Amino acid sequence: MIDQVAVDMTHGGGGRAMADLISDLFIRHLGNPILARGDDGAVVDTPGARLVLSTDGHVVAPLFFPGGDIGVLSVHGTINDLAMMGARPVYMTAGFVLEEGFPLADLDRIVGSMGKAARAAGVQVVSGDTKVVEKGKGDGVFITTTGLGAVPDGVAISAAHARPGHAILLSGTIGDHGVAILSKRENLGFETDILSDTAALHGLVAAMVAAVPDIAVLRDPTRGGLAAALNEIAAASRVGMVLDEAAIPIRPDVAAACELLGLDPLNTANEGKLIAICPAERSGRLLEAMRSHPLGRAAAIIGTVTEDPATIVQMETSFGGARVVDWMSGEQLPRIC
Amino acid sequence: MRYISEFRDAALAHRLAKAIAAEARADREYHFMEFCGGHTHAIFRYGVQDLMPQNVQFVHGPGCPVCVLPVRRLDDAIELAECQDVILCTYGDMMRVPGTGRQSLIRAKAEGADIRMVYSTLDALKIARENPDREIVFFAIGFETTTPPTAVAIKQAEAEDLGNFSVFCNHVLTPPAIAHILDSPDFESGGPARVDGFLGPSHVSTVIGSKPYESTSCAYRKPVVIAGFEPLDVMQSVLMLVRQVNEDRAEVENEYTRVVRRDGNRKAQALMAEVLDVRESFEWRGLGDVPKSALRINDRHRAFDAENRFALTEKQSREVKSCECPAVLRGVKKPTECKLFGTVCTPDNPMGACMVSSEGACAAYWSYRRNRQAPASDAR
Repeated sequence: MIDQVAVDMTHGGGGRAMADLISDLFIRHLGNPILARGDDGAVVDTPGARLVLSTDGHVVAPLFFPGGDIGVLSVHGTINDLAMMGARPVYMTAGFVLEEGFPLADLDRIVGSMGKAARAAGVQVVSGDTKVVEKGKGDGVFITTTGLGAVPDGVAISAAHARPGHAILLSGTIGDHGVAILSKRENLGFETDILSDTAALHGLVAAMVAAVPDIAVLRDPTRGGLAAALNEIAAASRVGMVLDEAAIPIRPDVAAACELLGLDPLNTANEGKLIAICPAERSGRLLEAMRSHPLGRAAAIIGTVTEDPATIVQMETSFGGARVVDWMSGEQLPRIC
Repeated sequence: MRYISEFRDAALAHRLAKAIAAEARADREYHFMEFCGGHTHAIFRYGVQDLMPQNVQFVHGPGCPVCVLPVRRLDDAIELAECQDVILCTYGDMMRVPGTGRQSLIRAKAEGADIRMVYSTLDALKIARENPDREIVFFAIGFETTTPPTAVAIKQAEAEDLGNFSVFCNHVLTPPAIAHILDSPDFESGGPARVDGFLGPSHVSTVIGSKPYESTSCAYRKPVVIAGFEPLDVMQSVLMLVRQVNEDRAEVENEYTRVVRRDGNRKAQALMAEVLDVRESFEWRGLGDVPKSALRINDRHRAFDAENRFALTEKQSREVKSCECPAVLRGVKKPTECKLFGTVCTPDNPMGACMVSSEGACAAYWSYRRNRQAPASDAR
């Protein structure tokens, strides 16, 4: 519900404020049946092929962080949006907004990482655009990438396809990217070996689809973390979920950093992880396929889809109680005491 | 995770739950107020209420620093932020709290005010050094836990002669609030609320110690157990409270011995005394005016007092009508008894501070328990 006069930071946090902005403003003006599906990418049927299109804008502070930079993120982010539709990424375009005064050496490093990431993924960047804004009108560099991918026949993956009884799988540890970024924020510097998990997930997805072609849902839990992604799926599929806290993989140092900062790892960003939902009887085979891939070694079955018109995501805590897993309102903020 | 996971051990929790169920007498009820929002959230996040017998109930107290700040002071902070040349520095929790007309710091920021979220008072000092042509105001809120860092910042600004730094001081004190709650008609016998003992503050007590609660505990015949913020701390403290009630004792006991001493942190106390004075009276949301319950910057450091440096206007501040935050903060109502809860008031669209703060009781109910049609803790 938008009842205010200006965009504020909550509208970009990946929480419900952003979801409301999309549904109340963007969909109102731009809505069509494909956009209305609310998926990470749009599957468009063209003569002879099923294609997926997806676009992603990248703003990150700091531009360089442990394990990556904005360049590699802008390639992986869009590849992953395509991969979450079960697609094989083929082409990309990139738009740059540069701030006057931005060091060319830094730009060279960023675009260098983009090239390396794209080549590694077998994707060509085939078109681009550059704009420069006056000093103070931008934050160094913003990058928007758009990707085009092809979906194999028989694959029908969508956030709306989760059904009661389905199993929920996660490809690895949560919160690594969010904590790596926070550790380098100017006003919050702390010593850690935690690296961003940024990775292109299409290879993992290809192995998963080959093993279990009827995967119902794939989603990469980026901004807003696991909690936001699961709530989005629950809302799109009109189902509930029950998670097992003890089964959710998390690195001890990430858990410790989140404790210290008063953050919930369930709300913390990832850039190289995915959630998969599939029929329960195929969950064992899917888990095996994930664990056989380098990006899914720590994969786990973390819960079950349930029937629940209220679309609530619940969790049985390791402590022996039960609670709701909510998505955040706006940005996750460290608490006072 | 060492030194954390030990305090969240499920097997130990079940042993403690059994002990509490065995010792809580079936013929009576136990109503314990957890003063701190940190406890409220531990109780909900880990599902501690589910492990309690029916007759042991938690009453949520006012110990959420964001929640008890009256709307008028928040309106003042927004006015300061909108002053020419001012950079207002604030802890993140304050950003989304609605003031009069549902204006908030985050909206004022979107509309052009220069508001910076800081993690520590040292960040605010850094901003002051880097912006000598601007006025930097630190929006200081919180209980005794966050007060020593404010005192340090003022001393540091004085040492560096940082003339463009000032503090809008809203620090409040815990022991007077506990006494005030026990004095209120709500908690008289036959009143709408009842409390048989307190889970005492964790981090606040690291600073002030356990001693300041002794006179209140004794005068009002209410047991106090200083409790850590981990779920096993909460359960162990409940067991200690049940025993005190059963044995008709009213003492201050300390469960959180790994951090809290009877005398607290004397260095921190000395710092606070050097820079801050006790106010005659201060308004708390929910509790009203509470005598000697807050701190102001003393005359010697007057130059760093934003209330002295800026002429704040008189305001017609008001809360959102029918928001029950005040009754929730007094422990008289549960969040679910508020008409607005979960309908018009949610964390995305908060009408009161208790729904915003990560330590607010309404946010805890909404985020962790809204799937329960009739939470056990509501059976009163």
